[in-house]
This record gives sequence, C-alpha cells and structure tokens, in this order.
Amino acid sequence: MIDLDGVSFWYHGQPEPVLFDITLSIGESELVLLAGQTGAGKSTLLGTINGLVPHFTGGHLEGSVSVAGVSTRSGPPREFAHLVGMVGQDPLAGFVTDTVEEELAYGMEQLGVAPPVMRRRVEETLDLLGIAELRRRALRTLSGGQQQRVAIGSVLTMHPRVLVLDEPTSALDPTAAEDVLATLARLVHDLGTTVVLAEHRMERVIPFADRMLYVPGDGSVRDGTPAEVLRETPVAPPIVELGRLAGWDPLPMTVRDARKQAGPLRSRLPEKPDHTSAVVGEPLLSSSGVVVRYGQTVAVRGVDLDLRAREILAIMGRNGSGKSSLLWALQGSGPRQGGTVQVDGADPKALPSARARKLVGLVPQTASDLLYLETVADECAAADLEAGAEPGSCEALLARLAPGIAADRHPRDLSEGQRLALVLAVQLSAAPRVMLLDEPTRGLDYTAKASLARIVTSLAAEGRAVTIATHDVEFVATVAQRVIVMAEGEIVSDGPTAEVLTGSPAFATQVAKILGGGWLTVSEVAAALPRVLR
Amino acid sequence: MAGATYFLPRDLHPGAWWLWALGLAVGASRTTNPWLLLTILAVACYVVVARRTDAPWAMAFRMYLYLGALIVTFRVLFRIIFGGAEGSTIILRLPEIPLPAWAAGIRLLGDVSAESVLGGLYDGLRLATMVICLGAANALANPKRLLKAMPSALYEVGTAVIVAMSVFPQLAESVVRVRQARKLRGGHGGKRFHALRAVVIPVLADALDRSLRLAASMDSRGYGRAGVVAARTRLVTGTLMIVGLIGVCVGVYATLDGSTPRYLAAPVLFSGVVVALIGFRTAGARVKRSRYRPERWQLAEVVVAASGIGVAVAMFATSSVDPTNLNPSLVTLSWPMLSWLPLGGVLLGLVPAFLTPLPQPELERVPA
Repeated sequence: MIDLDGVSFWYHGQPEPVLFDITLSIGESELVLLAGQTGAGKSTLLGTINGLVPHFTGGHLEGSVSVAGVSTRSGPPREFAHLVGMVGQDPLAGFVTDTVEEELAYGMEQLGVAPPVMRRRVEETLDLLGIAELRRRALRTLSGGQQQRVAIGSVLTMHPRVLVLDEPTSALDPTAAEDVLATLARLVHDLGTTVVLAEHRMERVIPFADRMLYVPGDGSVRDGTPAEVLRETPVAPPIVELGRLAGWDPLPMTVRDARKQAGPLRSRLPEKPDHTSAVVGEPLLSSSGVVVRYGQTVAVRGVDLDLRAREILAIMGRNGSGKSSLLWALQGSGPRQGGTVQVDGADPKALPSARARKLVGLVPQTASDLLYLETVADECAAADLEAGAEPGSCEALLARLAPGIAADRHPRDLSEGQRLALVLAVQLSAAPRVMLLDEPTRGLDYTAKASLARIVTSLAAEGRAVTIATHDVEFVATVAQRVIVMAEGEIVSDGPTAEVLTGSPAFATQVAKILGGGWLTVSEVAAALPRVLR
Repeated sequence: MAGATYFLPRDLHPGAWWLWALGLAVGASRTTNPWLLLTILAVACYVVVARRTDAPWAMAFRMYLYLGALIVTFRVLFRIIFGGAEGSTIILRLPEIPLPAWAAGIRLLGDVSAESVLGGLYDGLRLATMVICLGAANALANPKRLLKAMPSALYEVGTAVIVAMSVFPQLAESVVRVRQARKLRGGHGGKRFHALRAVVIPVLADALDRSLRLAASMDSRGYGRAGVVAARTRLVTGTLMIVGLIGVCVGVYATLDGSTPRYLAAPVLFSGVVVALIGFRTAGARVKRSRYRPERWQLAEVVVAASGIGVAVAMFATSSVDPTNLNPSLVTLSWPMLSWLPLGGVLLGLVPAFLTPLPQPELERVPA
C-alpha cells in the first residue's frame, strides 16, 4: 500500500538528513506504530506519505514514496486526498467548518462526491465513530476526544486507503484515548484501512499495533513487530521494561500476555511495596470552599485543598473536570467566586500579580504563551527583571533544569521539553514556594518526561509544594506522593498515590495491572527484587 | 410532492427569507402612512418570532429594533432642534438661538410646528421599518448558509470568509489566554510597549501556527483540487470576465453621465453583464466540486418569496390607485386614514408565519 524506496530528506540549510535512505513497504490493513523521540523525524516521515513533505514544508526529498502505486512526486497533497487521510496533532486547528456534519462532508465536497453518496457516507461515518448524537453540535464545544474522533471522521468520509495520524491521543485522558484507539482498531478490522500513527505514549497503542517503526534520530528506521523492535529501544513502555527486568521471552505486549508470565515474578516479590516516602512538611497553601464559575457552568465546586511542603500532588480527572480552573484559582490569576486561599498569610488573588507570583507560580497548559522574546538569553534577562531577582538567576536555574540549551536560540525552536524547562525557570526566578504545573507532560517523550520527573522531584526536595495536573498515570506513579481525582469540579478521591491509582482500573498503571498488590512502577519492582535476581 | 412532508421542520433557503424581507422593505419605502408602517413592523416581528432559531444572529434581531427606535427619535429631535416651523400649527415655542451670518439657512430651536414633527416621525418610521425588515432577514436566514449558497465560481471567496469568521473568536480566545499568562509572569517589567509586545507576539505566533496547520489540513483534504484545466479554457474565461467587467464599467459611467451617447449606456451595460455572467459560468463549470445538502428551492421557499414580493406589488398597485392614503398629507393636518387594499397587501407578509415549516431545533450549546 505504502512504498518508500531509498527515501532521504533534508531541510534546507541543515547538513544532517532527517531521514536517510529508508526503504520499507507497508501492506494493506496494517496498523503501524511510529515511535521515537521528539525531533527524530516522526512527523517528517508521516508527512512524506501524502506529500505534505516536501510540497508543503519545503526541503529536499530523494528517493520515491508511493501510495497505492501513485508517486507523491506527481502532485501536491490535495491530489492524494482520496488515498491518504491525514489527521494532525491539534484537531481543532485543522477544522475548516464549524459543525460536525459539515466538517465530515467538507473533504467529500472537495472531491466532488455526488450529494446522495455524501449523505449516506456521513451517516455511516457518524455511526462508525459513535458520534451520531453530536451531528449538529458546534465543533468548538466538543471535548478533546470527541474532536479527535470528528477529525478522524472528516478524513474517513473520503474513503482513504491509508489513514495517517500524528499523536492522536496525546491531549486526551486515558478513557478518551482508549475510545479513539478502539475506533482505529475497528477501522483496520472492518474496512481494511491501513493506519500509520505516531505516538509518544507507546503503551496505549502497542496492544493494537501489528508493526512498529522506531526512528532513533540518526535518520534510520527500525522496522519489525513491536516485540522485536522494543527488545532494544532505549525507551520503552513500562510493560516492556518489566518484561526486560524479569527476563520474559517473548516480551509481553499486552497486560494479558504479561499476566500469564507474571506468576514467578510475583512470588519472588515481597508482600507489599515499600511506599514510605519523604516526610512531608507543613502546609504552604491552604484553601477551602473554592468555587469557580463561568456563567452558568460550575467548574470548581467548593474544593478544600492543602498543598504541603516537600510534597508532589497530582490532580487527575477527565478533560473538563475543573483541574485547570482550580490551579488558576489557587494561583490567584484566574477567576474565583468563593472560598478562601491562604499562602503565607495572604490571599494571592488580593495581591498584585507581581507579588502573587512570588507566593505561587503557575506554568500554564500552553507554556509558550509566556515567551515573547527572540532568544533564550533575553527571556532569562527579562525574567530576572520582572521577578526582581539577581541578574543571572534565571539562567542559572535553566542550566540546572535543562543543561545545554544555547543562550542564542529562539524559544520557539526549542523542543517541547526544553521550552517547558525555560518557562519553569522563568517562573521559578520569582522564587515561589508553591509551584503549580498544568498538563506539563503533554507532547513530551519518555526522555523528556524522565527529566521532568527529576526536576519536579528536586523542586519538592528543596522544600517546595509542587502540584501537577495531568492525565499521565505512569508519570504520576513515578513522581507523586499524593493524588486527587476530580470530577465535575469536586474532589472524588484523595489519598496516597498507591492507594488512589490501584483503587480504580481507569487510573491503574500497567505494572499495577500486571502485578497487583500495590506495585506501581518498574523501578519499585526493581528495587524490591533481591539483588541476585537482577 | 408536498403534503405530509411540507411541514416537517427544516431550514428554508436563506435567499427566500431575503426576498421576503426585501419585499417588505420595498413596500415600506412606498408609504409614510404610520398605520401601514406599523403593520409592516408588526408583520416582520411576528414572523421573526414565529420562525427564528435561537442562534446568535437570530437573537441579534432585538438590536435592529433598538436601532429603529433610535432612528425615529433622532429624526424627530432633529426636526425640533433644527428648524421645525414649516406649516402653521405651532405646538411648541422655543427661544431661537441667534447664529452668526455665515450660518445663514440654519436655525437652532425656535418655533416647532406639528407638521414638521409629524413629517420627521413619518420619515423616521419609514426608514426604521426598512432597517428592521433587513434585520428580520438577518435573523431568519443563517448567514453561513447564505455564503454556502453562493455560485461555485465564488466558492474560494466563500471559504475564505467562513475561515476568517472562525478565526476571530479564536484570536479573541488567544488574546485572553496570553493576557492571563502575562499576569502569571508578573505583568509589567517595564514600559507599556514592552507589555503590548508581550501580548501581541505570542498571539501572532499562535495565529500563524494555527493558520499553517489549517492550511496543511485543508491541503491534505483536497481543498483547491482543480483538476486539469486546459490553458485555452483559462484564457477564454479570463477574457470573458475582463471584457464583461469593462463593459459594465463603461455602461455604468454612460448611464450616470447624461452627456455620453445613449448607445453607450443601457446596451453596453446590458451586454457587459451578459458577457461577465457567461465568464462566471464557465469559471464555475470547471470547478469539480459538490455540495453537501445543497439548499433546495422548494414550495415553501416559493411561498415565502411570493408573500414578500406580494407586499411590494400590492403597495405599488395601491399607490397608483390611492396615493393620498399612502402618504398622508402634511399640509392639511388630519388623522391618517387606512384603506383596506394596502392593509390587505401588507398582511400578505404574514403568510410565512403560518405556511412554512418550523426551523430545525438549534444545536445544543452546552460545552461537553
């Protein structure tokens, strides 16, 4: 279906090729997972499939890419619309019309499909994706998972032979992500569509994938079944790492496979993992009865929450459950219609924003909103000035958080993880003792997530209170001591990480699903195993 | 074909509502009789209330009503302030403010006659009614669907307008978001320009990113798939359009300027329009594109359009029969009369409130 023959690609003015001499062929109705670190060339490889690379992005492509026998060299991407459906990272940014039904029909209108056929396909697609009840809804009012499904639907109506998706689940909560992936699996089974998707959170996709491509970043591609490829990749989902640790062969790809092999490992482990964590300190921020409303909609419904020194608190819950609103209200910049927040004897909302940020720092969901200068050095200098800190303190912080960022680089050219570190450094230069992070793991690869985990752990160890709103269960299991789960603006569970995460199937980590008994992460298991076995 | 399906809820063709509203507006322009004007207003309001959805543009009808009230008030006030003494029935004696000689011809305050106030009232009411009729069209016809109903040669323009319309709320959203984020960073570190830049740069960067992503998405979904167009066809369409437009320009000029020869006026204008239309059609014909649920002109649309045009025709017809009734005299003051013929004509405009299907229930607006 898709044939790449000797494909190499350079961006203009860069000596190293992004892709180098890649030859591979993807068959009909395969579900292929494309993995690799940020910047390793995943999106570039995806773009070559429908000709966005190089027709849209520029750069130099050698070799040939053909889909169903048609070479992408022969025309611009729009001439491939009936063959390849492309779904971008941010579904909302790709919508052309404003209601679900019109969006589904848009591509067909461009292809000149006859109206009766269009009508039929729209109905079929609505049913296939389970979004029939949304048909007349405005796209902006949909939740992330619904938007992603509409985006998939909007290309499916053109009946493409190949579906290409760039991080379709990165912004979704675990349940919504499962919905989207189940939909994709269904397409592969029922319609015989070939699906190629790039995803950082491999653990979500691997159970569905027939085949895996791994781009290590040197221009090459490793190709094989997930079990083969994952045997030696430097980063792997927890299930694989556990398999490697225990020496399982073949490596398990699904929780079910792993469970079958887990018996001996379980018997070697002690009864209960050692969850005695660092001693938490006194509350730095205490709030009670916090209420946030937007018109008729209640976002936060009377929440009482204390943030304690040396504690990392994770806030979880589906999209729209009030996590962000709560963080903004605690920081004092967001709306708050009721309740009290006390930090250091003051209410941050009552203080001018320059003082409030010295008490509570917040890294918002779109961290790049805070950056507006041309170089990293300028940003750091401006941050020192704004925070009234010693000149050079932001730069020092940045060097500690993410060493090796050149000072003359443009902030927009940094990778997600580096940009997050820069914003974190900017916010920390005001030296707040309470630090709030809204969805920091979004778009981060395993390496970047590991370094973020290191950063937040060290921030907490210095005596700060750190709070992270996130969907990423594995990340929470690694860093957090305490977890609260929000639903409809209320806290529905609150407790130590191990208790909350193992208590519900939706929030259980892969290791917890395999081993049970309170085990959460691979490193816990590794630490608990008798030394001889390792 | 009609029968049972006629009254099933559906959105009518926006063009039908516009024809109806224009018919009412033309009818209103023929009269200054307050009773007739108020009847037209009542008809428009009744139909709007009966057949509008709860979409934002439909809810904006109230704004047109306010605008109408404003127009009437201003007309009357102006008559009072700037010389309202035509006629003999003085109802208000105000001290006249003497103005210097260079302002001769302008009078400030002074005597106010009933005739001039009434004149202002009638005039204002007529203008207000016309504006409100257009407001009614706006409330009843979805502007986006109107754009969709454009001829296919203008498809690209329509798409651009639709995209632009959805960009504005997005831009507003990102301004709000960035300003909030700005607060997180402590607000002002220096001059005002600095602060402005701190908002503008991220917003623009965001908008640029978004539009690039939108362009990539539209491109990969087949937008602008022209197919193969022969160079000859392109040349022919281009020539037709340009020649036609030149003809239209010359024709319009000649029509407006009395000294140019007459054969340059109507004939050239007309043939220019015809040539341009042919060019338009050929341009549209090469576009291989289809419409999802195209707007169809069905019986209900005919009823709506006919009722609006009927109002206009009735007013034209009565003006030749009974002109005094339509424009009450301002020389000899009398209670304006209302005769059956124009009243019946205006009431024809009520037909859509009863003989059209209800609109589709509007989309839920509750965020998920």
